[in-house]
Amino acid sequence: MGKLKYFIDKLGVPRTIILSFFIVLSITAVTLKIPIEMLFSDTLVRFGMNGVMVLAMVPGILCGIGLNFGLPVGIVCGLLGGLISIELNLTGFLGITVAIVIGVLLSIIFGYFYGVLLNKVKGSEMMVSTYVGFSVVSFMCIAWLLLPFKNDEIKWPIGDGLRTTIALSDRYGKVLDNFLSFKIWGITIPTGLILMLLLCCLIMWFILRTKNGINMSIVGSNEKFAKASGININKARIFGTILSTAFGAVGIIVYAQSFGFYQLYQAPMMMGFAAVAAILIGGASATKAKISHVLIGTFLFQGLLTIGLPVANKIVTEGNLSEVIRIIISNGIILYALTKVKGGDN
Amino acid sequence: MNKVKNFLQDNSVTLLFVILCIIGIQLSGQGMGFIAGELVARISRNLFLVLSLIIPVIAGMGLNFGIVIGAMSGQIAIIAVTHWQITGLPGFLLCILISIPLSVLFGWLTGKVLNKTKGQEMISSMILGYFANGIYQLIFLFLIGTVIAMNNPVLVLAGGVGIKNTIDLSEGIKYALDGLVKINLFNTIIILAILIIIYSIYKIIKEYKVKGFRNYKNIIVIAITVSIVIYGYASPSFNLVLKFINVPIATFGVIFAVALFNIFITKTKLGQDFRTVGHDMKIAKASGINVDRTRIIAIIISTVLAGWGQIIFLQNIGTLSTYGSHEQVGMFAIAALLIGGASVTKANNKQALLGVILFHILFIVSPMAGKNLFNNAQIGEYFRVFIAYGVIAASLGLHAWKKIIEAKRNKV
Repeated sequence: MGKLKYFIDKLGVPRTIILSFFIVLSITAVTLKIPIEMLFSDTLVRFGMNGVMVLAMVPGILCGIGLNFGLPVGIVCGLLGGLISIELNLTGFLGITVAIVIGVLLSIIFGYFYGVLLNKVKGSEMMVSTYVGFSVVSFMCIAWLLLPFKNDEIKWPIGDGLRTTIALSDRYGKVLDNFLSFKIWGITIPTGLILMLLLCCLIMWFILRTKNGINMSIVGSNEKFAKASGININKARIFGTILSTAFGAVGIIVYAQSFGFYQLYQAPMMMGFAAVAAILIGGASATKAKISHVLIGTFLFQGLLTIGLPVANKIVTEGNLSEVIRIIISNGIILYALTKVKGGDN
Repeated sequence: MNKVKNFLQDNSVTLLFVILCIIGIQLSGQGMGFIAGELVARISRNLFLVLSLIIPVIAGMGLNFGIVIGAMSGQIAIIAVTHWQITGLPGFLLCILISIPLSVLFGWLTGKVLNKTKGQEMISSMILGYFANGIYQLIFLFLIGTVIAMNNPVLVLAGGVGIKNTIDLSEGIKYALDGLVKINLFNTIIILAILIIIYSIYKIIKEYKVKGFRNYKNIIVIAITVSIVIYGYASPSFNLVLKFINVPIATFGVIFAVALFNIFITKTKLGQDFRTVGHDMKIAKASGINVDRTRIIAIIISTVLAGWGQIIFLQNIGTLSTYGSHEQVGMFAIAALLIGGASVTKANNKQALLGVILFHILFIVSPMAGKNLFNNAQIGEYFRVFIAYGVIAASLGLHAWKKIIEAKRNKV
């Protein structure tokens, strides 16, 4: 009993609930005779799809800006990169590489200004970043209507503006998913996708061990100590913000190639929240995060959603129960993390 | 000169929106009559909700994004009353009554959470709103018909589980409050003008007794009011337009009552506590105020008012979108309040009124303005959403920035 209590204390009550919920769901799925191989394949794909965006949370948390709800800033940069690569009429691996390069370059520029802004609002970063994210998405809604793209895959055939969803099947849809993919015990392993996620994690791991990365982590964990050791705090925070934005850009491109579409307009609005929820489920807090939290959290969160959908549909045929469960779980875990943040007035 | 500069600086957001509204009205080419009519309707249905935000601001809890939760309790009451088929004014009053215990409970829970997240109240209240929305959907989509028995084919989906997406209130509480007393806008203006003149004369006489004739401000007010009335009678095109617009007097009466309540409460002991807590929690604690309890009371009041505000909103709209009506309530109310010149730490009734007027003028004209300017009405629609988000982001940012600068100054 004592051991159990220690375990729960260490894990946190919400995480214990989510973990037990995951286990119960998996058992239910087996007893309901839902093909487990298919569920596992889907979980792997969604794990790879969402992982990079969740990884983008790590530098934000480490450099002290907290949970980066403003991830849409990066996502929009990624979308722009993706559209430009289609406009250049590129396909396959070249297409996705160019998309990523342009997306990252754009997010370095926008991430810099975003970082400068966040330095001016220390203490309220999370609230400001949420609304900066919303504003950027709604501003881009206007931009998508006005941007002078020429390609018919991007533009509506009649009228003005860009399509709401842009199909990637003729471009680089699923190039990563299908790269070296193989089947084992009925489970399809999206090797390229997983490798991409691991590569991103490795790059992040490496950056965190460079001088800039170490400085950034010191600033996030103890600002006074950082100041005393002569680290430029604002610069370190901007570095973290740019890093987070850039990984957000890469994240959306990886997501889109697997999903098969770029989604413009309102779609990126709440994507930041899903990423925040995933890393928190993995064990991170608003001030501490590790790459392992990303992997565990994404797997648990996406696994929960993938398994939850067919199970929920078997139990209640009407409506979208799993969507409702997703809202409750993701916001519940964010709320829990916020109660653990030590406020300035306490 | 300095005075002018300070005025411009303090009211920059509001002035910017005045300019935007003027440009928008010009571009849209819509008639004054249309805009005035729309505006009256929009003020009557939205102002109450905006006023519900003021008390938490005074208590230092920032902009209460959690009014979404109050809106939910209002909707729960409406669903119950529609189910019992109580219509008209009795139905409306019953909604008001039922929403109170729900709002108090939800407000108390919200307050508990916000006391645990001091310094991050706004983001917490926002996430709490999303979380509550999930619970709300769980209850009304899945628990109705499975756990909670409800046999009503009008409200429940064909499968017997879950409440329908839209509930028609036209047979129920639609216009229950709006329809009570209606006077056309022209007569309303005349009545309002008479009241203003009487009030100003009263002020002049009162001050005359104390320090002689000094009160130029009220003289100017009277002069302007009288000239508006004369113009109104003299210009047939003007008063004809206004005579076609109906003003729901009862609704405005209720709104006025809440505005008075907001002023009244700041003069009580509780209101003083709100101010002290809002100013500095440590000082409040030292002077023996129960900080946590005061904050919870502020949120409960706000939640109850928001519930009522949502009921007033929906009796005007006439259809309840079960899973959508409440979602954007907080964002739009907050954007309106901020446009009126309020900030995270300061807000009053006047700012609420001014903000609602400006924000909704922009809402009315932006689709047409977008169409005339870019040949695309969609741009106007997106533009107003961008304005709502942008103004919140900008004003939160400015506030946080000012706070840092002040902290630095205090250190030096």
